[in-house]
Amino acid sequence: MSQWTKITTLSEIPKLGSRVVRSAKGDIAVFRTDDDRVFALHDSCPHKKGPLSQGIVYGDKVACPLHSWQISLVDGHAQDPDEGQTACFSVKVEDGMVYLEL
Amino acid sequence: MEKMKLVVVGNGMAGMRTVEELLKISPDLYDITVFGDEPHPNYNRIMLSPVLAGEQTIDDIILNSREWYAENNITLHTGKKIHKIDRRLRMAFAEDGTFALYDRMLIATGSTPFMLPIPGKDLKGVIGFRDIKDVDAMIATAGTHKHAVVIGGGLLGLEAANGLKIQGMDVTVIHKNEWLLERQLDKTAGLMLQRSLEAKGLSFKLNMDTKQLIGENGHVKAIQFEDGSELAADLVVMAVGIRPNYALAESAGIHCDRGIVVNDTMQTFDPRVYSVGECVAHRGISYGLVAPLFEMAKVCANHLANFGIGQYKGSVTSTKLKVTGIDLFSAGDFTGNEDTEEIVLHDAVGGIYKKIVIKDDKIIGSVLYGDTTDGSWYFQLLRDGKPIHEIRDNLMFGQDSLGNTGHEGQDKVSAMTDEMEVCGCNGVCKGTIVKAIQEKGLFSIDDVKKQTKAGSSCGSCVGLVEQILVSTLGGGYAPPSSAKTICGCSDKGHEEIRQQIRDNKYLNIPDAIKGMAWRTPNGCATCRPALNYYLISTWPHEAVDDPQSRFINERVHANIQKDGTYSVIPRMYGGVTTPSQLRKIADVADKYAVPMVKVTGGQRIDLLGVKKEDLVDMWADLDMPSGYAYSKGIRTVKTCVGSEFCRFGTQNSTQMGIDIEKAFDHMWAPHKVKFAVSGCPRNCAESGIKDVGIIGVDSGWEMYVGGNGGIKTEVAQFLCKVKTSDEVLEYSGAFIQIYREEARYLDRTVHWIERVGLEYVKRRVIEDAEGRKAAYERLLYALQGAVEPWSERVKKRNEHKEFEDITI
Ligand code: SRM
Ligand SMILES: Cc1cc2nc3c(=O)[nH]c(=O)nc-3n(C[C@H](O)[C@H](O)[C@H](O)COP(=O)(O)OP(=O)(O)OC[C@H]3O[C@@H](n4cnc5c(N)ncnc54)[C@H](O)[C@@H]3O)c2cc1C
Ligand code: SF4
Ligand code: FES
Repeated sequence: MSQWTKITTLSEIPKLGSRVVRSAKGDIAVFRTDDDRVFALHDSCPHKKGPLSQGIVYGDKVACPLHSWQISLVDGHAQDPDEGQTACFSVKVEDGMVYLEL
Repeated sequence: MEKMKLVVVGNGMAGMRTVEELLKISPDLYDITVFGDEPHPNYNRIMLSPVLAGEQTIDDIILNSREWYAENNITLHTGKKIHKIDRRLRMAFAEDGTFALYDRMLIATGSTPFMLPIPGKDLKGVIGFRDIKDVDAMIATAGTHKHAVVIGGGLLGLEAANGLKIQGMDVTVIHKNEWLLERQLDKTAGLMLQRSLEAKGLSFKLNMDTKQLIGENGHVKAIQFEDGSELAADLVVMAVGIRPNYALAESAGIHCDRGIVVNDTMQTFDPRVYSVGECVAHRGISYGLVAPLFEMAKVCANHLANFGIGQYKGSVTSTKLKVTGIDLFSAGDFTGNEDTEEIVLHDAVGGIYKKIVIKDDKIIGSVLYGDTTDGSWYFQLLRDGKPIHEIRDNLMFGQDSLGNTGHEGQDKVSAMTDEMEVCGCNGVCKGTIVKAIQEKGLFSIDDVKKQTKAGSSCGSCVGLVEQILVSTLGGGYAPPSSAKTICGCSDKGHEEIRQQIRDNKYLNIPDAIKGMAWRTPNGCATCRPALNYYLISTWPHEAVDDPQSRFINERVHANIQKDGTYSVIPRMYGGVTTPSQLRKIADVADKYAVPMVKVTGGQRIDLLGVKKEDLVDMWADLDMPSGYAYSKGIRTVKTCVGSEFCRFGTQNSTQMGIDIEKAFDHMWAPHKVKFAVSGCPRNCAESGIKDVGIIGVDSGWEMYVGGNGGIKTEVAQFLCKVKTSDEVLEYSGAFIQIYREEARYLDRTVHWIERVGLEYVKRRVIEDAEGRKAAYERLLYALQGAVEPWSERVKKRNEHKEFEDITI
């Protein structure tokens, strides 16, 4: 059964940046956009497993640090013409606290 | 709110490109209805020649499938010809009674083949070469008959003749001029072309006027010339020119003058009605190649989307014949006159002819036959109007941009087979690229990079990719202008952006993006690092350096590796180390179980495979400065032993190198900057391939700039000779500072010098002594108080969450 797990405060994730959560389900990258939306993806690029948490974030996308595939934070899909998807996790922010559904 | 209605008349290349551009920038503005009188969805008309030659099928060349129209909610009417437009009611009527209302209309009706007004022109078997129907007719006739005649020795005629020959017919080309392709080639090249085509089995009758076509039972049987002679003909293809198709627009009362007259925003005299493509007369010119039509499409889409920016100002076009095995290229005014100069190379036996026409220090035209490798380079120089005196001596021998590493040294695409690898980084073969261009409808290097990955990594094969595009698309390929925009987020070029940052004193990325009207809220991974660099280099100590806009390497001061670990390369100034330093490195390598310790090509030591969470501890233990091996900035200063030990040394090159590396430490730049200092002309530090290479001689130091030992080996050029080591610092500092202030992000020094010219650099660095001192001062000011990043991170380890993972 999945449950909400407290991760960190929103302010501890840099804007247009990310933090890595080490979990039983593997490393999860938790991203924060410029307008304070938060997304979580498996920290592994669909191309060659690059750590997406280390990429440059813009809009609701992240550019993988290894070969610049662009991955949507919303659904984990690689942007055209690349193909592939990274697993997504649900996140929510309540009272400045970030929760991850695991 | 109800959407506006856009009706497009003409389902061809220009019309649909406009719709695609419109959907890209404003997908929800219109309900779009498209009428096309051909029964097919939009296809790549250019590729009819390869289809006729049996290299492609119709299915391969569809650009927009019916599904594409459906996915984009476009109502598509195929096989329906619009025969009336009522501009008062704002309605378009098709011949079968279908109609559509419009708020705005786009007319893109293309052109029709011109049929010579001679007796017999309406006989069966007499056709043009314009659409799928014509190609079907040609292939069908080739199956049953033998004699084909093509009237017109232009591009279209020769491609038709070549295709019919491959389909098995005996083909004769009738041409009324003295040589073939007289609008594209001068006489010499025209005759060379004729010889090659004759070798392929085609026959020619030049200087011939056709009198009439003779029929039997309503079908063409022979062609008769003015001199009375005759030739058997089961099929006659007229390829004597095209006429813009403007009858419909004219009947609707829209002003036409040998084409639909449009202004620079592609608007006709009725402001609701736009027009693009071959049907248009823009500033009195109608174009018959796709590159200009695509430029029109971009401008038109922008105005249809109500953005109101962009003007079409006309195009210079180039030509390439799409007949396999024949390499010819021409552009601009290649005939010349008494006011022009020519550079000509003619090797009749080798089958090579090259002519460049120059006026007022600029290329105005060029014809190439047999070796077209540098066609797009000349074309780019022509379009950009670049002065050529600095490169004049080498002009004829080409840009040599192709002899790069990574593809077996190949630099001529025509000599490559389909299986040969073009892109060594991504393993893409020539055949794959050709197929993608033909089947996916690609028209630019960016398209090819995106679709095939060729050229998208180190970029060394881009020259080859460009050649493949030229030979596959003919004149359909237009090389990008060198004034390129920063990325898709903005229409501005690098220089304009730098100027605006200076003029408006932008000090952070959000202000810059807002002030310069970026299309995206926070840019993208291409523009943000560039903007960040432009801000901090323009306003040192004032602009905010944004870590989130830096590539990960520069954010964490280490190089990311394929498995997500990092490498640590400490500085060893001038490549000099000590036993205690080496001991410390060894201890750290042991303590953190570093998987590999390696001597780099930059004369220092690399600790590879370090976990991110160990970085800060390792730096603390190492207690050495960062080597910036990850930076767009100062990398290494390579040195040789020099006069202190070497029996040939004339200067203390080691100390000079250490001094330089210390003076310019912590410097960011548009790309990485590498120095080398050698103690004598034997040049053991390889100064000849560095951004700044210094060579000690008995009487002082020689300085070379713009070398590069990477993707494409570039030999550094001599800048000047100075006497003292202080001068070395001042001259090289000034050079680097001007590069920092003026080059585009990701330009190495060689690329920047290529654009501005070495003369310009000499003027700024050597002739202008005050300017040089001032530039050097600006560099020193920018570097004042720079902090060493590793020790800084160690000090502030608790402030940087970047290195801390959350464990749950
Ligand atoms: C470590 C080193 C190879 C080695 O084991 O010796 C190296 C490693 C890398 N080089 Fe290099 N280069 C290294 C010396 C060189 C040299 C030789 C030199 O500096 O004398 C060159 C050719 C000289 C030159 O640059 O003009 C060189 C030309 C390149 C290039 C092509 C640059 C170009 O303008 O053509 C790249 C790609 C780029 O920068 O975009 C590159 C990029 C890279 C990157 C950073 C790849 C990347 O973008 O991630 C490699 C990092 C590997 C890693 O995981 O750490 N490396 N690289 C060398 C480090 C030198 C140092 O001490 O700092
Ligand atoms: C065989 C061949 C080879 C070519 N090779 C090259 C090349 O190598 N390089 C290059 O740059 N260019 C080449 N071209 C030229 C290029 O194909 C054209 O410049 C381009 O297709 C013109 O685009 P367009 O949209 O203006 O016209 P088109 O693509 O012709 O589209 C116009 C469409 O409108 C339709 N239409 C017209 N009137 C009506 C109406 N009243 N109602 C409904 N529909 C209507 C037509 O049927 C047609 O489908 C070649 C052309 C041909 C025929
Ligand atoms: S170290 Fe340099 S040459 Fe070697 S694989 Fe990496 S980028 Fe290529
Ligand atoms: S691993 Fe992400 S782009 Fe290659």
